[in-house]
Amino acid sequence: TPLGRSRAHKSTIRRSSRPVSSPPTRRKAASRTAPDQTPESEPSSKGKAPSAAAAAAMESVEALVAHIQGLSGSADELAQLHGLLKQADGDALRAHSAGLLPFLSHLHPGAHSLGYLYLLDSFVSSSANLRAHAGGDLLVTVADFLTSCSADQIRMAPDKFLNVCRVLKNEVMQLNAPIRGIAPLRAAVRKIQTSSEQLTPLHAEYLMLCLLAKQYKAGLSVLEDDIFEVDQPKDLFLYCYYGAMIYIGLKKFRKALELLHNAVTAPMSSLNAITVEAYKKYVLVSLIQSGQVPSFPKYTSSTAQRNLKNHTQIYVDLSTCYGTGSYSDLETFIQSNAEAFQTDNNFGLVKQVLSSMYKRNIQRLTQTYLTLSLEDIASSVQLNTPKEAEMHVLRMIEDGEIHATINQKDGMVSFNEDPEQYKSSEMVEHIDSSIQRLMALSKKLTSIDQNISCDHAFLMKSGRERARFDYDDFDSVPHKYF
Amino acid sequence: VSADQLDVEAYAAQYSGRTRVARLLFIAERCGVEAIQLEALRMAHDEARAREDTVLYLDAVLKINSRLGPRYRHDQAWVDSVNRRAEQRKEKLETELNGYRTNLIKESIRMGYNDIGDFFYAHGHLSEAFKSYIRTRDYCTTSKHIVQMCMHVILVSIELGQFAHVTNYVSKAEQTPDTLDAVIVAKLRAAAGLANLETKKYKLAARKFLETGPELGSNYSEVIAPQDVAVYGALCALASFDRSELKSKVIDNINFRNFLELVPEVRELVNDFYASRYGSCLEHLEKLKPNLLLDIHLREHLGTLYNDIRHKAIIQYTLPFISVDLNTMASAFKSSVSMLEKELAALITENKIQARIDSHNKILYARHADQRNATFQRALQTGNEFERDIKAMLLRANLIKHDFNQKNWPGQRKMNL
Repeated sequence: TPLGRSRAHKSTIRRSSRPVSSPPTRRKAASRTAPDQTPESEPSSKGKAPSAAAAAAMESVEALVAHIQGLSGSADELAQLHGLLKQADGDALRAHSAGLLPFLSHLHPGAHSLGYLYLLDSFVSSSANLRAHAGGDLLVTVADFLTSCSADQIRMAPDKFLNVCRVLKNEVMQLNAPIRGIAPLRAAVRKIQTSSEQLTPLHAEYLMLCLLAKQYKAGLSVLEDDIFEVDQPKDLFLYCYYGAMIYIGLKKFRKALELLHNAVTAPMSSLNAITVEAYKKYVLVSLIQSGQVPSFPKYTSSTAQRNLKNHTQIYVDLSTCYGTGSYSDLETFIQSNAEAFQTDNNFGLVKQVLSSMYKRNIQRLTQTYLTLSLEDIASSVQLNTPKEAEMHVLRMIEDGEIHATINQKDGMVSFNEDPEQYKSSEMVEHIDSSIQRLMALSKKLTSIDQNISCDHAFLMKSGRERARFDYDDFDSVPHKYF
Repeated sequence: VSADQLDVEAYAAQYSGRTRVARLLFIAERCGVEAIQLEALRMAHDEARAREDTVLYLDAVLKINSRLGPRYRHDQAWVDSVNRRAEQRKEKLETELNGYRTNLIKESIRMGYNDIGDFFYAHGHLSEAFKSYIRTRDYCTTSKHIVQMCMHVILVSIELGQFAHVTNYVSKAEQTPDTLDAVIVAKLRAAAGLANLETKKYKLAARKFLETGPELGSNYSEVIAPQDVAVYGALCALASFDRSELKSKVIDNINFRNFLELVPEVRELVNDFYASRYGSCLEHLEKLKPNLLLDIHLREHLGTLYNDIRHKAIIQYTLPFISVDLNTMASAFKSSVSMLEKELAALITENKIQARIDSHNKILYARHADQRNATFQRALQTGNEFERDIKAMLLRANLIKHDFNQKNWPGQRKMNL
């Protein structure tokens, strides 16, 4: 099913104006015989007086439920069931969505996922229902469904599935408890993905929930998969942006930079707000990670190249200010623009940029000196007292950013060489796994290249441009020498 | 700039022609000592008046500013009479030239243009002189004519400061099929050297100056004196040659030795550098500095050249050792330990010295990068970069395959957030 089916929501229950007889004729025969089914009584608890038409519609739902139970066995049966459900989808289910909830208890989310999904979907599509059931069991039901549903079945109706997940997310956000949505959504992401390389709209939402709940590690499991297939642009941008924020929260700046780089260099014909925000963070994280912002690679879209800097002027200025190497200048610049950074929610990152300047200057010193007194460090890095210098150096040693020893008696710091000898077994394993990974990647690349070379469109295009005759191909000695 | 040792007359005696006046004026401008300034201006004035060069005369008078008495005041009458005479001569020359042009005699036309060029040059109208000389090109028949034209153009270009032309015409002159007179060859080399010096190509300049034959003598005094060739050549060589080149091209160069004899200080300087007596070498340099700052061609480049020489000295000093005591080094270079430390830190950052400073004990340790570790590091890094780039590329390829077009956004899907 194409994921792009638009649907008009009907939030009111339509009074049944149809002849009562029509629902049964849309079913196959034997609809009334539902051996295991005990017909539910009228949904009087929903607050609407059941009319005869409604009762009849209820029965048809029962019939549907019976079908679901009966036909959820093999793939053929599922296909048949799917057809039935598609027919039923629309007025029948929607009109009586309020009454669907109790039916759900008759169905097993794992075995009858497809049917369950349809019923659940039409139930939650009505905001009246949601309001009536705010909090409480509905969340649990949905969460339960998401964790236990069968992947094959729900893949037959992906847009409904996505809708249900969205609703869950909205509910969870309304309740201000994003953490409740994390486990179910993570399960949902895995189920709807056709391969671990595919990006779904759920990725972005899942990451957003992780960010709001500050559960960064939970986001990692999804982020670690490499994404190669993307269907919708907005998914990608949001995924990259939220993913980068999670990595920033975990201080894994290199991976954050990769994601932001993808967001900034993705092909685009017009600028969007997500890319602008992503670029702002890109500038900041590049400064923290490597001290400079790389220029746009040539595959960046021309829209991005031309317009991004105009929208992010203070960040560009910040990076030039950083380049001068003066801490006090940078500090004054940040102070004067503090408001702008605050409104962008980037002030925390900006402060990290500021402290990274010290780190970079101290690292430069390790290249030049073997030992250096703390006063000299303080003066060359523009710190105020040797004590502060000592603190900075200590922190950097603990973080593993430099290798040094502090001699407090003399007030001296000795910089040591990187003790890594590349001889340990862990290192060998690391190198070996890298090689394996790269060989796999390289194989993938070759296969894609081969596919493209055999592609009809490609051959047409490249064949047209080649010279018709290449004498060198035929004769090794040109004619004139005969 | 204290140049109290400068003997202005002796200095000016080395040069002739316009460059004498120009140099005197330059000295007057840059020198801080009033006595020398006035002396230089007085000589400049006399010279300009004798040559009937009104442009330079006016310049000199302006700078004198009535400080030298009534004889050196602005004499507008003289200026006017000179200009009138010049105007008459110019008309005469031009009519002659037109006559020649109608007669279409190549040789006469060429000589006509030359004469006009000389005339303009003598009166300080340099760009017209340049144009006239260039015009003779079409009428040159023998290579001698071409060489003559080139020499004229080179002269004017040097004064105009257009050194690109100088280089052009030097190569043109050198390409003539006839063998050239040795003096002319020497002149061309010197001119080429000068052009390279002014365009900051110190290594090439050094080479050219070193190739200048001793036949130059004082034959090119309207441009450059042989002492200048020695000084420029030696300084550029010190700043840009490595040790072996220095030995083969400067110290063992017999031809150049003639020049060096004229400036014994510079000869000492070069020998000191080669023998690693850096202290005395740098001392000599400092002594020469004030006089050299008054040289019209060398002034802007002196700072860079001196820095380069000093850095070269420091690098050469540290090269043979595994560890160097900074105190000894500081006394050898006659500077303080802290200043030396800063210089060394700068050189290390620029990767010109492979060493590390032990600031506590004030020792410089040579450091040889561990190739094995470096290779591992580089390999791992390359692997990471490859992985990152390939993944990004595959993603982008996929995006393009799905026809990633943002224009489709709004209507695409209704189940938005």
